[in-house]
Amino acid sequence: MDPVLLVASIMVSATPILLAALGEMVVEKSGVLNLGVEGMMITGAVMGFAIAVSSGSPLLGFAGAAVSGAVLSLAFGFLTQYLLSNQVATGLGLTLVGLGLSALIGSNYEGQRAPALGKLDIPLLGDLPVLGRMLFSHDIMVYVSLALVAAVWAFLKFTRAGLILRAVGEDHASAHALGYKVVRVRLAAIAFGGACAGMGGAYVSLVRVPQWTEGMTAGAGWIALAIVVFASWRALGVLIGAYLFGGVTVIQLNLQAAGTTVPVELLSMSPYLITIIVLVIISARGAQGAPASLGRSFHASS
Amino acid sequence: MKRRTLLASAAALSLIAGSAFAQDKPKVAFVYVGPANDGGWSQHHHEAAMKMKAHFGDAIEVIEQESVPEGADAERVLTQMALSGADLIFTTSFGYMDPTINVAAKFPDVKFEHATGYKTAENVSVYSARFYEGRAVTGYLAGAMTKTNKIGYIGSFPIPEVIRGINSSYLHAKKANPDVEIAVVWLSTWFDPAKEADATQALLDQGADVVLAHTDSTAPLSVLAKAGAYGFGQAADMAEFKPEPRLSSIIDEWAPYYIERVQALIDGSWTSTNTWSGIGDGMVGIGEFTGPIPEEVLATATKMKEDIASGAYHPFTGPINKQDGSAWLAEGEVADDGTLAGMSFYVEGVSGDIPN
Repeated sequence: MDPVLLVASIMVSATPILLAALGEMVVEKSGVLNLGVEGMMITGAVMGFAIAVSSGSPLLGFAGAAVSGAVLSLAFGFLTQYLLSNQVATGLGLTLVGLGLSALIGSNYEGQRAPALGKLDIPLLGDLPVLGRMLFSHDIMVYVSLALVAAVWAFLKFTRAGLILRAVGEDHASAHALGYKVVRVRLAAIAFGGACAGMGGAYVSLVRVPQWTEGMTAGAGWIALAIVVFASWRALGVLIGAYLFGGVTVIQLNLQAAGTTVPVELLSMSPYLITIIVLVIISARGAQGAPASLGRSFHASS
Repeated sequence: MKRRTLLASAAALSLIAGSAFAQDKPKVAFVYVGPANDGGWSQHHHEAAMKMKAHFGDAIEVIEQESVPEGADAERVLTQMALSGADLIFTTSFGYMDPTINVAAKFPDVKFEHATGYKTAENVSVYSARFYEGRAVTGYLAGAMTKTNKIGYIGSFPIPEVIRGINSSYLHAKKANPDVEIAVVWLSTWFDPAKEADATQALLDQGADVVLAHTDSTAPLSVLAKAGAYGFGQAADMAEFKPEPRLSSIIDEWAPYYIERVQALIDGSWTSTNTWSGIGDGMVGIGEFTGPIPEEVLATATKMKEDIASGAYHPFTGPINKQDGSAWLAEGEVADDGTLAGMSFYVEGVSGDIPN
């Protein structure tokens, strides 16, 4: 088994859930639980595909996917932040809406081919003997997703705005008393989460598969939600979680293709098994790091 | 007195309504495991259902339910269909076998047709196509076209239909290329484009350059197109991938069967049957050969297709050994349908174990 090809495949396979999970982590950091990741991903997948096909530009497709994911998530934001609807129920509703909407929009795009997103040709780094092909010859979205991880980490840790976002997520009443606009901060976080999920979906339909098929995200949004918990709401943890999950998925397929003697059943369940084991270890350790106001509705009168 | 008239007329009315209901046009239902536009298996059943509907026009009513998971959900959907007055229900995936049998037992007046299964009842027929005949042709092409001597096979579930497909593909790939190896990846799903794409990529990374898929979406062909490798249409022609990477395809032709069975329902001649038809009966179609296939390979593949159709050649003709080296078929011996229907072993030369 060639480690170079393996690592390259893992990076491609992990990018959609990395983007979606990173966005959802920021949303949850602001105290909002949006279970509609799957719906936003599939909407991003179809919109990104449609825009890329009609414009011929995959990058425009990713931008369109981010916008459509954000717009859809703001519908969730409006319902939960202004009308104070239940976040769990609204999020589940968002998933159903996204699945239906994408099937409707996508019916004209079945069987079409998307313009390919070229691989970046990084001078010097790309020419390195092993690392070059392994790490430095991917398409631009892989690096965008990695840059986003660093940016989110720095934003939450070092910036004033990041501190406010965390304060809103920990104790919205106190943040409000200090004069911060709780609802606006949360809406911004929700829109960011939607945009990330949309891009993650578009990565599935434009790079990983690449085609549009109804229901093609097939539960990746739920994996992203699990990875946020797995990561204890930390950016670096999200990166590790997404690459671990994507990695185990790809490795088990490669082990099968290479004709290993390990039973297939064990290989197939290994991504889920390892996720559960790590979750157990984390919860046994105690410090889980969930934002204290997660999932609670806020109104200035309360 | 007046009240009595009212009651009497109400009773008469309901009788009329009742008899009108009984004479209502037959309702035919279809259940699909994936979306009805998956580009493959479910879409082809849906299109066949639509052809059947066009054939009968207003004489019948068709209802469909797509993306129904195999298992308990299927039982709920089937019960709902039976309760809402369906007369004939087609359940179009292997995993609907037990739900179909269970629901059929509760509704003896409703007729069921289960695709690719083996359990029948008084009101349950089974129908399937001899896909392995098509696999012989595509397997031969795969063996002829591989340069790395390694072909990949994406399996869904380890059921006899898929195992037959793997064995038939391998045996005929070997006829074209004695050094060929086959690598099998099991996905435990019929439809998951991202997983199918990852599996295709994994097979390519492991050195395969022709990949045969036994799942429902066109994702494998998308990946093969990107990588410049070859594959085949599965269940549908998948003509959008002509001329490459798609070299040919196995097309399921369900429409004639659906028309025949619904006609039997209308005539009142429907009985429980067990249908297993192949290329010769037109239930399995071989799509146009495209791409850079050499002349002599084309000629052999075409002849193989014709011989299978005429019955002159059976894809499982001895000598064939089982994976462990024990003899299965002697020289010239042809596999019987019973063994094929329950096939649960690899033939000699295929490596790996079949998951339980």
